[in-house]
Amino acid sequence: MVTYRWGWTQRRPGTKVRGRRLSQSDGTDARTDRTIAAVNYTPHTEDDVRDMLAVVGRADVDGLFDVVPPGLRAPADLGLADGVAEADVLAELRRLAARNRPVDERVCFLGGGAYDHYQPAIVPAVTGRAEFATAYTPYQPEMSQGGLQALFEFQTLVSEVLGLPIANSSLYDGATALVEGMIMCMGSTRRQRVVLAGALDPRYREILDTYADGSGAQLAAVPPRSDGTVDPQAVAALAEGAAAVIVQHPNCVGILEDVPRLAEVAHVAGARLLVSGDAALAGVLEPPGRLGADVVVADGLSLGNGLHFGGPGVGLLACGVADVRRLPGRLVGETVDIEGKRGYVLTLQAREQHIRRDKATSNICTNQALNALATAVYLSWLGPQGLRELGEACLAGAAYAAEQLSAIAGVELAHPGGVFGKEFALRLPDPVATAVALAERGYLVGPVVRLAEEDLLLVAVTEQRTREDVDGLADGLAAVLAADPASASVVEPAGVVEPAGVVEPAGVGR
Amino acid sequence: MTLAIPPEPLLWERSRPGRRASTLRATAIPRAGAADRIPAGLRSTASPALPELAERDLVSHYTRLSHRNFSIDEGFYPLGSCSMKYNPKIAEQVASLAGFARLHPAQPVEHAQGTLELLWRLEQGLCALTGMAAATFQPPAGAAGELTGLMVIRAWHDAQGDRRRRVIIPDAAHGTNPASVRLAGYEVAEVASDANGLVDLSALDKLLDTDVAALMLTNPNTLGLFERNIAEIAEMLHRVGARLYYDGANFNAIMGRARPGDMGFDVVHMNLHKTFATPHGGGGPGSGPVAVTAELVRYLPGPRPVRRDDGAFDWGSEPQSIGRVHGWHGNVGIDVRAYSYLLALGGDGLRRVSEMAVLNANYLLAQLAGDYDVPYPGPVLHEFVLSARRQKKVAGVRALDIAKGLIDRRIHPMTVYFPLIVEEAMMIEPTETENRETLDEFVAVMREFAALTEAEAGPLHEAPVTTPVRRLDETRAARHLVARWVPSAPA
Repeated sequence: MVTYRWGWTQRRPGTKVRGRRLSQSDGTDARTDRTIAAVNYTPHTEDDVRDMLAVVGRADVDGLFDVVPPGLRAPADLGLADGVAEADVLAELRRLAARNRPVDERVCFLGGGAYDHYQPAIVPAVTGRAEFATAYTPYQPEMSQGGLQALFEFQTLVSEVLGLPIANSSLYDGATALVEGMIMCMGSTRRQRVVLAGALDPRYREILDTYADGSGAQLAAVPPRSDGTVDPQAVAALAEGAAAVIVQHPNCVGILEDVPRLAEVAHVAGARLLVSGDAALAGVLEPPGRLGADVVVADGLSLGNGLHFGGPGVGLLACGVADVRRLPGRLVGETVDIEGKRGYVLTLQAREQHIRRDKATSNICTNQALNALATAVYLSWLGPQGLRELGEACLAGAAYAAEQLSAIAGVELAHPGGVFGKEFALRLPDPVATAVALAERGYLVGPVVRLAEEDLLLVAVTEQRTREDVDGLADGLAAVLAADPASASVVEPAGVVEPAGVVEPAGVGR
Repeated sequence: MTLAIPPEPLLWERSRPGRRASTLRATAIPRAGAADRIPAGLRSTASPALPELAERDLVSHYTRLSHRNFSIDEGFYPLGSCSMKYNPKIAEQVASLAGFARLHPAQPVEHAQGTLELLWRLEQGLCALTGMAAATFQPPAGAAGELTGLMVIRAWHDAQGDRRRRVIIPDAAHGTNPASVRLAGYEVAEVASDANGLVDLSALDKLLDTDVAALMLTNPNTLGLFERNIAEIAEMLHRVGARLYYDGANFNAIMGRARPGDMGFDVVHMNLHKTFATPHGGGGPGSGPVAVTAELVRYLPGPRPVRRDDGAFDWGSEPQSIGRVHGWHGNVGIDVRAYSYLLALGGDGLRRVSEMAVLNANYLLAQLAGDYDVPYPGPVLHEFVLSARRQKKVAGVRALDIAKGLIDRRIHPMTVYFPLIVEEAMMIEPTETENRETLDEFVAVMREFAALTEAEAGPLHEAPVTTPVRRLDETRAARHLVARWVPSAPA
């Protein structure tokens, strides 16, 4: 007889054992689940394995590993959980995803290098095509023309938005692109000293420091002035004998720098100007390459790649024709086939690690091709008109937000004399506590940047933010400050609590 | 056949002034004059030349381009050292969950508990598989992992006031190894392979002194051979105070069967985009986590996910960290996919992965060993190297011709002309996900090519003929560089 009950009273097999050793779990049931899971991706039947072992001349699968000395063979149980069915994988990943608080649960004014620009539906539709997503690096051009042409188009788009004639076909991210740009400048000038001009993103400073030891770079920093910009005269004093002047534009507190003047200063000293720019503003700001920069890099995470907690995104890099042989990473070039038909190949490979080995311009091999495709689709979707409107919307939104927020008692623009783009820094009593309290009220702001011994709160306004969003943030900020942010409680979302029924993994290590 | 696939114009050649695909939301904040506050010298003077297409046209452009690309989803891809295995679809589904995809990297830890837990659990899994103590997920690819690992070793030596100058790599090593060595500030010393294709121990001994920081090895090596003297090699390195680096390019051969930690390795990088089946994307994104022994943990890049006593996850940093190697937290979206693979297969499933990968490679080798020269005797693990020198001599058929011939059979060529120590090298890695019919078909084609006489080899020199373009002039591409679209001059 059939009876209905509301819900299940027992766990399904497999749920409970997740994250636990086989030897401690339900035994045979789990083993069956695991076998099914494994068979999913390895197609051989028992007959196949038996026949193939016979061809190979081995009695069993263990025999395939005879070459591993007995003392080096791994124990049968490494302490890893058993495999589970796909439905259980999905359930577990949904559980973890649910412990995150994605930006859409609040109104996002977060910046600091990653921005909530819209990702149009066409981007995942194209990058999700398996012909692009599941191909390897295009070593065989005749069967990789689709990816190669898409990267050639990406190079053209990057060349346009950064303002220099040559762009490579992607680096890991904006930070590593900056490192690669620095190494290019050191190579072309045969100099070691690098001047970091003004308010450079602290994450960028960290990665330049990491690479400094191996590359031999000697970093010298010029602090920003009270208006947020760097003083070109102060840069000039240090630029003599330097390989490069590095400047971020807009800088890490959102302020535009005098790039043309910095280019002059660098060039007079025989140094190169390396600019880290923001391609999303290329419709309203002149691309740095047209302002005299020798090498321009940018981060493409927010250019169609979504957020993904910071990666995978893509690093953009463009340079002049004279620097092409110092370019790191893959470069796609146009050519013809034996019938004269236009086609594309990876070119100038003599720069690269697989040919030049220890003399290569970089060690990069796998880069971010699919993310480059995403950025190419995104920029093509925007078109020139969309790019301009995007920039205008960001500039307009940021100006409106700056006006509304700085009108609040106790809040002021940190750099009133500077011109900001889509992001600006606020000076207010306790930036960290304020950001925490605003998150409780449904607004994400930040990060908090420490500049000249002072903590400043960043606010970024993309084309996604409406007047209502900004007004809500202003109301929230006023209320938070009126309530004394220092006493606000720390955010404690439900996700911090360990859900019942999940058992610790028994992996080695900590 | 070539006429069947028409050329696809570039975006700009399909562009028409005034067309567009993009829409922007109405924000109720007036945009007009927004750029007026930008100083004239910094304001845009001319729009970047982006193409102008409707969304429908863009979609057809990229769809047509996709048809001009071969992928693992379409067919066999035995590209040696690249582990081109099937990429499970569930990985894409979970990575696109809003909880992962829509997380900003600067959000506070309270907002990222799920991702931090995932990374922490994946770290546990990778440490169990490799026999290491802890890992970092910042390196976004294998080469970045190599550099990170070398920097960690350097920091460890520096902490003892022991600056060293050289890193040893085998002559059969991947090109990224020497390039990473240089980027880390070391000189490269190359150790020869012996007649069996293994590291020559006496040659290694001659290179070893207290100026050597490390030896980088893949095991199995790029010939698919297990370095069976690895314990002795580790001892030799450690005796002079050097560390042993495991290049995880070939880790697909030994999961659950052998652990780098047991062999004496101190640092391991893994290519999750190979071993853990995340899609390669036509050249990335990847993820190259680095795992190390207990003595090296304190030098790992930070921040790293840690578990607090109350069970919540947090960012931690190591006291003597080498610093950041990625702008944010690495290619986390790839790590999410890799974790789904770890969960799906589990410990025994991963072991079966390596077992079947090794079975498939040996199955192919056993059947092709009579047709092509085998420069180094096996037994091999997950891949093997054949030489076409006999075919070159007898029929003028080179490894390149065989590769191009495979294209017309809709099989992606193997890696050719690598490793450098093998003449006319063909490096074949079938992976565990291919069925027996696919392997048998490959054997049949390879045998057919091997048996061609000089008179019959003509079509192979002409190949491919079924692709949108035929053999391309690479010299011209390099000599007359055209690296972007250029508007044609007005008539």
